[in-house]
Amino acid sequence: MTDPTRLFGHEMAARLRAGDVSSRELTGAHLASAERQNHALNAWLTIDRDRALAEADAADARLAEARVAGPAALAALHPLLGLPVALKDLVSVKGGQCTAGSRILEGYVAPYDAHVTERLRAAGAVILGKTNMDEFAMGSSTEHSAFGPTANPWDLDRVPGGSSGGSAAAVAAYHVPFGIGTDTGGSIRQPGALSGIVGMKPTYGRVSRYGIVAFASSLDQIGPLTRDVRDAGALLHAVAGRDERDSTSAPVAVPDDLISLPDSDDEAASWLEGKRLGLPKEYFVAGMEPGVETAVRNAVAALEAAGARIEEVSLPHTDYGLATYYIVAPAEASANLARYDGVRYGHSVRLEGGDFIADYLATRGEGFGAEVKRRIMLGTYALSAGYYDAFYLKAQKVRTLIKRDFDEVFAAGFDGLVAPTSPTVAFPFGARLADPVAMYLSDACTLPVNIAGLPGVSIPCGLSDGLPVGLQLIGDAWSEARLLRAARAYEGVTAGAAWRRVEPAGLAAADDPSTLPPAERAAAIH
Amino acid sequence: MAGLTRSDVEHVAYLARLGLSAAELDVLEGQLNHILDQYAKLAELDTSAIPPTAQTIELENILRDDVVTPSLPVEAVLGNAPARSGDFVLVPPILGGE
Repeated sequence: MTDPTRLFGHEMAARLRAGDVSSRELTGAHLASAERQNHALNAWLTIDRDRALAEADAADARLAEARVAGPAALAALHPLLGLPVALKDLVSVKGGQCTAGSRILEGYVAPYDAHVTERLRAAGAVILGKTNMDEFAMGSSTEHSAFGPTANPWDLDRVPGGSSGGSAAAVAAYHVPFGIGTDTGGSIRQPGALSGIVGMKPTYGRVSRYGIVAFASSLDQIGPLTRDVRDAGALLHAVAGRDERDSTSAPVAVPDDLISLPDSDDEAASWLEGKRLGLPKEYFVAGMEPGVETAVRNAVAALEAAGARIEEVSLPHTDYGLATYYIVAPAEASANLARYDGVRYGHSVRLEGGDFIADYLATRGEGFGAEVKRRIMLGTYALSAGYYDAFYLKAQKVRTLIKRDFDEVFAAGFDGLVAPTSPTVAFPFGARLADPVAMYLSDACTLPVNIAGLPGVSIPCGLSDGLPVGLQLIGDAWSEARLLRAARAYEGVTAGAAWRRVEPAGLAAADDPSTLPPAERAAAIH
Repeated sequence: MAGLTRSDVEHVAYLARLGLSAAELDVLEGQLNHILDQYAKLAELDTSAIPPTAQTIELENILRDDVVTPSLPVEAVLGNAPARSGDFVLVPPILGGE
């Protein structure tokens, strides 16, 4: 049989049920490629081979029981049973490390499972390990990890995007069919786009954040990174829903439509007939690379040719999104990260002299990296006496205006919005490190969606000079099923496109043991 | 909007309990002022009649039954403490003296 790692998750699931392959074989093949390539990609901070194989054996036992019990029992098995999953290293797994990409959490051992971890265990998924990320999810390139950057499988001298860059690279490089990420301003969708895979940020409140390291609590959401839309639906379905341990997780039903997206490309494409899709003109901005614009415009034309009604719309406050986000998110982060004081857990400095403030200053000064310090400074300033109204309150009011822009468009009856995910393709290591604002602009097309709390999904829509371009679909609150239906339709429309069959160009180099690790490649570029 | 001076940056770092080197403070002074310049864009908008949005989904009064549930094992929790004494986390003194 062909290399099983090249299959989609739903194809692997079908072969498990048919008995063509075991979860142990599947897990072993994925472990082998992750272990073989990680020196070159640094996608993984930990790979837990023994635990993964034990979970695979447990899944094989359940499969064997169901096979004995008959077809109904097989059909009732969870879609993720026996399939490998990557978790961003801010998801708690009991007894394992959870660094959030930070020195300040180095050595910390999670005493409990996150909600998503519990759900994945209940589904019988196989947790392969934990993936690299920008420290505390602050970044758009994974270069802000305390444990070195991750390389993009399409070009090992470029970033995979971020902050969920490790999960994105692991999925793109076929180390796993499923990755979990978090998205506060684009941290699932942007690495999804730059790594050539599907990445979805669900509606705020869709997935419980219990056991996730917090960044900005009014913006953070958990979501899937996968190689196709059906897999994204299955993973979202597995982890979504109300959990009383996260009071912001909403009591909204999780639609089973997420796991019944059409298998047939033609049936998928036919959904587009008569649908109204808005093209927000503010998202086609100056600074967008021509290759990105071409790919996105071609995608829009393909949707239109398949029967969708494309109409230009305006989201007039889009341009205020960046400033709003970079007040709200750092303000919330500065409060959330106050807990890292070196007293109860994490990196700790106790100086002679008994001055506890001096201990805090030293602990946090050593434990946090440059980007995290920058955001804590911004947030502390924006919340400080005399500036609260001018910055934080002002940003919250503009947040209302940005949200109203979206509300008005969806009230007018649009089924979704179509936009670029990122104005550029993957950029080289170091290209945006010296200028924080240039890095922040990476998320100009994604962060308004977090500000408004809406779901958004990035799907591959072609290549620009051999690097992937992402198409972003944005929906009204709780419309994930329709959004993935639209994304699946686009997959159907472009099923025959040549770019769909192009594998990431850096995989051969990643297989080569002599290939330098990303940190050394990055240093050589500077 | 007035920019941040070096002493403002030092003060905010102290408020945030971040011990920063002189070199870090130098870099941050320039970068923070550059970012604050971007914030100024918001002043273009008249928001005097606009209510603030703190969160985007309208959830209020989330309640649950007050039931006893097991706590995490003491060893699992205290295993992360940098300093401990028996079943307690050893914290730095905050009131001075011995």
